Amino acid sequence: MSKVLMKGNEALGEAAVRAGCVHFFGYPITPQTEVPEYLVKRLREVGGTFVQAESEVASINMVMGAAGMGVRCMTSSSSPGISLMAEGMSYIAACELPCVVINMMRAGPGLGGILPAQSDYFQATRGHGHGDYQVIVLAPSSVQEAVDLTTLAFELSEKYRNPAMVCADGMIGQMMEPVEFPEEGAATPMPENDWSLGARDGRERRIVNSLYLSPEDLHRHNLKLKAKYDEIAANETRQEIYGTDDGYDVLVVAFGTMARICKTAIDEVRAEGLRVALFRPITLNPYPFGALRDAMDAIEGDGPVLDIEMSMGQMLYDVKLAAEGSRRIEFYGTAGGVVPSPDEVAEKIRGLMQGVQ
Amino acid sequence: MKSTDVLMAGFGGQGMLLAGKLLAAAAMAEGLEVSWLPSYGPEMRGGTANVIVCVSDEPIGSPLITSHRGLVVMNLPSLEKFGPRVVPGGVIVVNTALIDREYEREDCVVVRVDARRIAIDAEADRAQNLVMLGAYLGATETIVPYEAVEEAICKTFSGRKARFAPASITALRRGIAEGRRAVLPVG
Repeated sequence: MSKVLMKGNEALGEAAVRAGCVHFFGYPITPQTEVPEYLVKRLREVGGTFVQAESEVASINMVMGAAGMGVRCMTSSSSPGISLMAEGMSYIAACELPCVVINMMRAGPGLGGILPAQSDYFQATRGHGHGDYQVIVLAPSSVQEAVDLTTLAFELSEKYRNPAMVCADGMIGQMMEPVEFPEEGAATPMPENDWSLGARDGRERRIVNSLYLSPEDLHRHNLKLKAKYDEIAANETRQEIYGTDDGYDVLVVAFGTMARICKTAIDEVRAEGLRVALFRPITLNPYPFGALRDAMDAIEGDGPVLDIEMSMGQMLYDVKLAAEGSRRIEFYGTAGGVVPSPDEVAEKIRGLMQGVQ
Repeated sequence: MKSTDVLMAGFGGQGMLLAGKLLAAAAMAEGLEVSWLPSYGPEMRGGTANVIVCVSDEPIGSPLITSHRGLVVMNLPSLEKFGPRVVPGGVIVVNTALIDREYEREDCVVVRVDARRIAIDAEADRAQNLVMLGAYLGATETIVPYEAVEEAICKTFSGRKARFAPASITALRRGIAEGRRAVLPVG
């Protein structure tokens, strides 16, 4: 199939349809409203169901219901709306149901603003609801990658029976880029399983539940979930490393749109002879700790790591965990929808390099 | 590496986002990498709207650019805001129909275009944005061929909108002529 020029939000909607998603429940919020706007028309064409819920709390619980019936489904929102979904996400994870949640992050806290941000990193990667649960979190840095990761999110959520989140910023949602989609109708339907509800037809009774009144049973359930999260961490980390060809003295760490901005800045300073590389986590959870540590260990001399985010320093905690005190970690971040420019990032790198040489 | 970028800005409704989309679609059809990043935010009616289009034969790094090689401005607030951000050697296309002030940048090519008059002469008064896009294409050694932009116009104005295509292309071509004239050597 040839490429089409599409807005990130619409491309995400199409990617969901191509992945075989047939049910969508959501509520409008800038900067992701084009996702439901696109799907309200598109799902009708493929015989799916679109529901504009009365709130994000309702959306996520409708997702839970559909997922419990073994239907491929999703919701999408932006930061304040995702906050409202916290309780539902915890229940869905506890019940081990597969679903996809899109977060087109905007600036917070509170009602905040509608411009792009990355300040929901903690919320996404630490399981923002209550209890010991985790969500698979994928962070695209282009419209094409948003499409690819949406496809992957459905795959992983079903493979592990766990919610998967595509965590992008408002810029990805609003930007147009050429994209290529998987073939229409190529997605396999949800396979037969032994957990989803529906007509019994004589089979044994099934229960989707997250209430365990016996402490021993709940302890066992948590151990089971933990084993699953460990398996995901062992098998599903993804990352990109850029600019390492001839060695490097400084390692920049950034994700999503911020990583692209850093790439341009790195090209600029490399042309001046500065040796700088970029590490971009694609999975924010599980976080590629091992690969990042390897990339840090490959820095020549005692050069620092520069973590750059559109937040006040959230992924920074994971970068520090990866370093385990072995490197100097510097941070630069902006908030409120202020996006650092490539020139600004290049200037930060130059400043750091002065200390190195 | 061949690459270019342009910021197109005006009041909401003046068609800068569409002009940028046509440029991006044309570049994509030529097999180039492209990004189209609109300003989005809490805007009021009559407020400013702008888009940054990046074109390259390699994957595009940052779609957000704060120093521009090309600038197309429909109105004065946009010129005042973005004019100083154009790099030396850049091209600035100014709509004199709404900007009556002289704009001097000795280190840039400044193309002055009366988009309204040219569009009305082309019997396409709504295609002032395409006159501006044409002027930009004519004045730059752009990596996007004119024919591809015309093709993009035909694809975009299809079905019920197809009747707008011929006049839109005329407007684009007249804009191109203006742009070319502006960069001709004097004498």
